[in-house]
Amino acid sequence: MLQSPPMKLAQTLLGIEFKNPTVLASGIWGITAASWRRAAKCGAGAVTTKSLWLHEHKGHRNPTILSTEHWTLNAVGVPDAGVEKAREEIGNFNKEKPVPLIANIIAESVENYAKTAVRILELKPEILEVNISCPNIEDEFGRPFACSIGDASAVTKAVKAVSGKTPVFIKLSPNVDSIAAIAIACASAGADGFTVINTAGPGMAIDLKTRMPILANKVGGISGPAIKPLAVRCIADVYRATEGKLPIIGTGGVETGEDAIEFLLAGATLIGIGTALAERGETVFKLVCDEMKEWGKKNGVKDMKELIGGMHKNL
Amino acid sequence: MVQTFTFDVTLGAKPGQFVMVWVPGIDEVPMSIASDNGKQLKITFFAVGDMTRILAAMKKGDLVGLRGPFGTHYRWKPKQHLALVAGGYGAAPMYFAALEAIKDGCTLEVFVGARSSEHLLYLKEFKSLPKTTLHVATDNGSKGFQGFNVQNFDAVLKDKKHSKTKPFVHQIFACGPERMLVSVSALSAKWKIPSQLSLERYMKCGYGLCGNCVVDPLGIRLCIDGPVVSNDVCKKITEFGVYHRDAIGKKHTF
Repeated sequence: MLQSPPMKLAQTLLGIEFKNPTVLASGIWGITAASWRRAAKCGAGAVTTKSLWLHEHKGHRNPTILSTEHWTLNAVGVPDAGVEKAREEIGNFNKEKPVPLIANIIAESVENYAKTAVRILELKPEILEVNISCPNIEDEFGRPFACSIGDASAVTKAVKAVSGKTPVFIKLSPNVDSIAAIAIACASAGADGFTVINTAGPGMAIDLKTRMPILANKVGGISGPAIKPLAVRCIADVYRATEGKLPIIGTGGVETGEDAIEFLLAGATLIGIGTALAERGETVFKLVCDEMKEWGKKNGVKDMKELIGGMHKNL
Repeated sequence: MVQTFTFDVTLGAKPGQFVMVWVPGIDEVPMSIASDNGKQLKITFFAVGDMTRILAAMKKGDLVGLRGPFGTHYRWKPKQHLALVAGGYGAAPMYFAALEAIKDGCTLEVFVGARSSEHLLYLKEFKSLPKTTLHVATDNGSKGFQGFNVQNFDAVLKDKKHSKTKPFVHQIFACGPERMLVSVSALSAKWKIPSQLSLERYMKCGYGLCGNCVVDPLGIRLCIDGPVVSNDVCKKITEFGVYHRDAIGKKHTF
């Protein structure tokens, strides 16, 4: 019997070549070129920077992260040294770029999103991802832009006005009444794609002995396996709302190849991996790809692309 | 001020590993483990920052959180002759390594160094160990050899006519300021003695997610692939002895 070829994981999206759909999610590793290279070496199809600010921004005090097997709670507080550091690290990465780079930007105002975008676009990332959905800096900046149709749309418009040919992906929050409505507003404002979802909640964990919240910030975004069903639903909502026309980086609790397949069926095109790096180690990118191929072989699927949005066809 | 705290818990930690120490409401910082004997765990620290000053003022019965153990640890083979090089507070984890290695029949040359005699730590403890030769060095000569403990070690290797065929020591373990580790690394290469060095980088999570302790250019996370790394790996870390990054990822030279 002839051995069927493995399921194709490579794809060209918006003119960018991805050798596989796994993406190092923003906020995990991602501070330096060395980290991005390491993720690429471990098999990631693309890498995302930690959120980049125009100016230096301090994060929260420790404890900033805690995990169980089911979830991770984090309130790192988006620390960053500003664009000069980004210039050095991305510049270093650009010298020999193993995989596409997704530059994730953040700001405290619509105006500064545009300013940051301009500075970061000089560094020629393949995709600009706009973080409007961090749930653990509310004390400092108020409700995330992703929680209001008007704010989300305004940020998208401002960034799109300066982004030229670089695709702009808006990173959405699950912590909203209707993620579909936010997605439609961003799409109308020109978004080229979405990253779905940022961390959920925020949540809280209390230490029983001190009877105090464990995180210094008290609350933090929830990630890991516990939020996977939430991510699947949000991806499906955004895919349906945008009629499958805009690519989605599905992120939230993916640990295995089958998780990734489920995300594709919901409508994701690329698969963000973050928290799973703790549970499965740095080989997680390769493991997920191997498991996806294995699944494809068993189910007679030749190209991963056939699966994208597949669930919607059966409704 | 140096202080040692003993907790009535065990984390099953091995020498070289670290623990995240939490002072509720203040901060949580990584600290190397000064011993874990299966019943009690000890940490030894300098009260230098806000968190450690508050920690130092805490009393018996106050609540401190411990998360861990994390990271790699020192490895040896039974009955090896080991050189332990400790600078400053690095003496604490080195003492832990000494205790455990002796249980495996290892014999030890311990090199303890500090700026001056009052900064020397764990001398009494090292002195009380069996099968151990203690070498003391101070920068100002107020006790023992005048100079760095690595210079002292180099002199001992010369004196003992260390060679590959007749090795005086089989391995070197080191913990201390990075400048001392750079010297140990060079000495290790010069005398062709394998070494394991404990590197310190800023850490937040301790289990490989935050990316703060990633080193150039390898991209390895020192909370997972360190803090104890072999000199073969260390030599490939270009930032070793040159710079480190702070909480926001900004570089600082040593």
